[in-house]
Amino acid sequence: MIPAPFDYVRPDSLAGAVAALAEAGEDAKVLAGGQSLLPLLRMRLAYPEVLVDLGGIAELRGVRDDGDFLWIGAATTHYEVLHSSLVREHCALLARATATVADPAVRHRGTIGGSLAHADPAGDLPAVALVLDARMAVSGPDGVRELAAADFFVDYLTTAMDDGEVLTGLRVPKVWAGWGFHYEKFARTAQSWAVVGVAAAVRERDGAVAEARIGLTNMGAVPVRARAAESAAAGAGLAAGPLRAAAEQADAEAAPPSDLHAQADYRRHLARVLTGRALAAAASG
Amino acid sequence: MTATPDAAERVPEIGRARRRKEDARLLTGRTRWTDNLDPAGVLHVAFVRSPLAHGAIRSVDVSGALARPGVVAAFSGADLAAEQGSLPCAWPVTADIVLPDHPPMAVEEVRYVGEAVACVVARDRYAAADALEAVEVDYEPLPAVVDMAAALAEGAPLVHADKGTNRSFVWPFESGDIAAAVDGAEVVLRRRYRQQRLIPAAMEPRAVVCAPEGEGFTLWSSTQVPHILRVMLAMVTGIPEHLIRVVAPDVGGGFGSKLQVTAEEVLALLLARRLDRPVKWTESRTEGFQTTHHGRDQVQDVTIAADRDGRLRGLKVDLLADMGAYLMLITPGIPILGAFMFPGIYKMDAYAFSCTGVFTTKVPTDAYRGAGRPEATFAIERIMDELAAELGMDPLELRRRNWIRHEEFPYTGVGGLTYDSGDYERATARAVELFGYEELRAEQARRREAGDPVQLGIGISTYTEMCGLAPSRVLGELSYAAGGWEHASVRMLPTGKVEVVTGSTPHGQGHATAWSQIVADRLGVPFEDVRVLSGDTQVGPRGMDTYGSRSLVVGGTAVVRACERVVDKARRLAAHLLEADVGDVEFTDGAFAVRGTPEPSVGIQAVALAAFAAHDLPEGVEPSLDSDAAFDPDNFSFPHGTHLCAVEVDTETGRVSVRSYVAVDDVGKVVNPLIVEGQVHGGLAQGIAQALYEEAVHDAEGNLLTSTMADYLLPSSADLPDFVTDRTETPATGNPLGAKGVGEAGTIASTPAVVNAVVDALRPYGVADVEMPCKPERVWRALWDAAARNGGAR
Repeated sequence: MIPAPFDYVRPDSLAGAVAALAEAGEDAKVLAGGQSLLPLLRMRLAYPEVLVDLGGIAELRGVRDDGDFLWIGAATTHYEVLHSSLVREHCALLARATATVADPAVRHRGTIGGSLAHADPAGDLPAVALVLDARMAVSGPDGVRELAAADFFVDYLTTAMDDGEVLTGLRVPKVWAGWGFHYEKFARTAQSWAVVGVAAAVRERDGAVAEARIGLTNMGAVPVRARAAESAAAGAGLAAGPLRAAAEQADAEAAPPSDLHAQADYRRHLARVLTGRALAAAASG
Repeated sequence: MTATPDAAERVPEIGRARRRKEDARLLTGRTRWTDNLDPAGVLHVAFVRSPLAHGAIRSVDVSGALARPGVVAAFSGADLAAEQGSLPCAWPVTADIVLPDHPPMAVEEVRYVGEAVACVVARDRYAAADALEAVEVDYEPLPAVVDMAAALAEGAPLVHADKGTNRSFVWPFESGDIAAAVDGAEVVLRRRYRQQRLIPAAMEPRAVVCAPEGEGFTLWSSTQVPHILRVMLAMVTGIPEHLIRVVAPDVGGGFGSKLQVTAEEVLALLLARRLDRPVKWTESRTEGFQTTHHGRDQVQDVTIAADRDGRLRGLKVDLLADMGAYLMLITPGIPILGAFMFPGIYKMDAYAFSCTGVFTTKVPTDAYRGAGRPEATFAIERIMDELAAELGMDPLELRRRNWIRHEEFPYTGVGGLTYDSGDYERATARAVELFGYEELRAEQARRREAGDPVQLGIGISTYTEMCGLAPSRVLGELSYAAGGWEHASVRMLPTGKVEVVTGSTPHGQGHATAWSQIVADRLGVPFEDVRVLSGDTQVGPRGMDTYGSRSLVVGGTAVVRACERVVDKARRLAAHLLEADVGDVEFTDGAFAVRGTPEPSVGIQAVALAAFAAHDLPEGVEPSLDSDAAFDPDNFSFPHGTHLCAVEVDTETGRVSVRSYVAVDDVGKVVNPLIVEGQVHGGLAQGIAQALYEEAVHDAEGNLLTSTMADYLLPSSADLPDFVTDRTETPATGNPLGAKGVGEAGTIASTPAVVNAVVDALRPYGVADVEMPCKPERVWRALWDAAARNGGAR
């Protein structure tokens, strides 16, 4: 469990990080909390020549009110997200999902930006970013750009960011007043990855679902929006029956993997069951 | 706390829930873990390991590694072939056992993924790890043999081509007329149970350091068995035994995985000799998962025969036991340790057992917590629940009709063992009360009636096990190469403090505390005045080490005997000092006095000083107050108990949650209830883990897919319920402590209790079994399969 040799730089500014990445070229990796990257290095599944550590860049850390949006710095730890009153007020779904990430030790080290940029479909936060319509802020040698979460995750462990770009944070629209949320995570042990996770947001009107949003964890190479189930849920009554009926379409857009922890058909079944539960919990919460 | 011999009422130490005196250093890590040891000039070893489950080695070229910075030496298996010998198997269970050579580093062929083929020795760990990729190994792939049934099939590829078979041995046992018992029975059930392969996963990885010292060598290893290791290192390498010192410093868990003589230990010794430098190796977690021996891995075909009223007639067990690629220290003996335990606590007319050991291209199996007895207990306790269901009888009632009643002890069962003591009625009654058995059955009925998607299941395990390993005579009869005795020395120092040297070597059991309690009571000295020394063959050259829940039963008894000899010697000296006849001198709470005349008296600590000064010793009494003793038990000891488990099964997802768990154990007399409680909790966690979480999975090519903790799921406290524990106490009769052993009981008892509960929850759906681990997908598929069989949706 000893990584191959690499160089290490720890810039103290975003500009410094972008410059360091530009200089290192394609064999560089960005290091945030290290909770995913370090195991890959130690098992020699990744061989970067340079690690650019974002840990010394104060501007990438913290949560702040940004007008119509909430700004969450990429290097903000899960623990900080979880305990942010702004997050709890404006996007409680993110707090709920973050509470299920790994264990306390990982949550103290791991960062929201690292988790999203790693783009592991078994990670809990990509599906949440999708449901919340988060905008991903990216800096690179050609300047700053913003990507919709839906455009950010392009494949397994792959984002739309170019080599040399750094995820600096995300902007979450503050449009969630009146919505209920739930993150339903199905994992084999408390510390293990989600076999399937469901992020649900429900807006209620007159005793029925006015609008629903559903994001699925680990149901494909990228996080999946379950749009068919969302449409089916719209207008449904809040009782378990109609919500479950809508959830029967939860896996319509998914292409789940078969692996050690579950075969694809079981994942599809779980997605349907868990979506029904997540919708019910979101509607009542 | 300072109970002096003169204090009015001495509180006995035995039975006190003392916190462990060793924990402060163990928990803070400020202690001698093997990996913390860095002798001056130490070199670091890393191993090139086979990526293939089976292959012929065409060539190994280490020259590239030698050119790497910091590298001091590199060797292939062929380079060391003349001196590395063959790793030992001390338990050839049959006369015609197929026992292949097992070179510490492969020379001609690799037979499991992770087998060492070359090593690099460098100035630091990083240089050694980096240089591994510069070693070039050319393999000719050979077919993997992963599955036992496939290994035994006609024309199967052979793990050891020169042996002509993948069958290592067949070991039979028969008692009573099994054919008559089965033929004459009204009900006969046949079941196949699978004991999945498990990975021991001790908290401290394996590590070894070896240093040339003077004319010999000192080898520190994270081992359970420093004494056995020393003997075996001498036998394997030819280095004379008296020139080898083995030290097990503090060891962070083993569960049987460190009851082994490993390739890395042998190679560390050879490398230290060749390079005349200290060398060190510590495994990574994945390296450990791939190469430290695994546990369990049996297929059990079980037949039980009974009358309609539930009376058992006979039991027949046919095992396939996966040996892996080689036979290690006691690999073939593990299923045999279970052979006598399949009948459990029940009376029956006949019992037949047969075990076939099978070679596969996987890492060898060997001892893992319980070692043979968990497998046996699982089979009997699972099939008892199945039989109860078949008979329409409450599973507790079926057990009551068949178990040995308390007044029948000592009882020689059909397995041939004589159970010395026990009270199954009492333990069961207490467990039923704590569990709320009737209330839970009522709730279960309500949920079934209501079609609740979350069903309740109740599982029972009325287990016994065999520990206190072991009478040397019996081990000899079973073809084991060593004995089962244990040794202890008790030394009273001139100032009255006490050193205890114990041959049994702890790796987390709390010997320092328990032995101090025993000695404090026996010598009448304060607990704090006792120090326990162990794990160093130079400090305590004699011992049989720690496994099989033997430490207290066998090693603790040796300590008691050594204390008795110290007291006997002190009595003679005290009589001399008191100018009394030895026969008139009594010893109470650390002081000697003449019978009937409490004054004057002399304390044992004063006697120790007199024995040291030796100014005035009676005829035939030698200076110094110390003694040695060894103890070899006449019989095993038999802890027992009743475990009751309630699970909730979410029939929509297949998830199983343990809702409540009651364990009432009878481990005989208890020295330290806190230590016992800890052993039970840890044992339950490990047994529940087998039932629900853990499984070593290989692909068809023999690759271990569960090679990290992300894939091999060890539950944490967050995944386990609060355990309700209690004890009953029927003292063991085979040792003066009355102790039965507790190190494995929780693991042995709990696995069938949990699986029985899972199946109990699902039986109305037509599910008769769920293979371990009962992971959600498997439970879900069992429900679907049952629904399909029943010809409709559930």
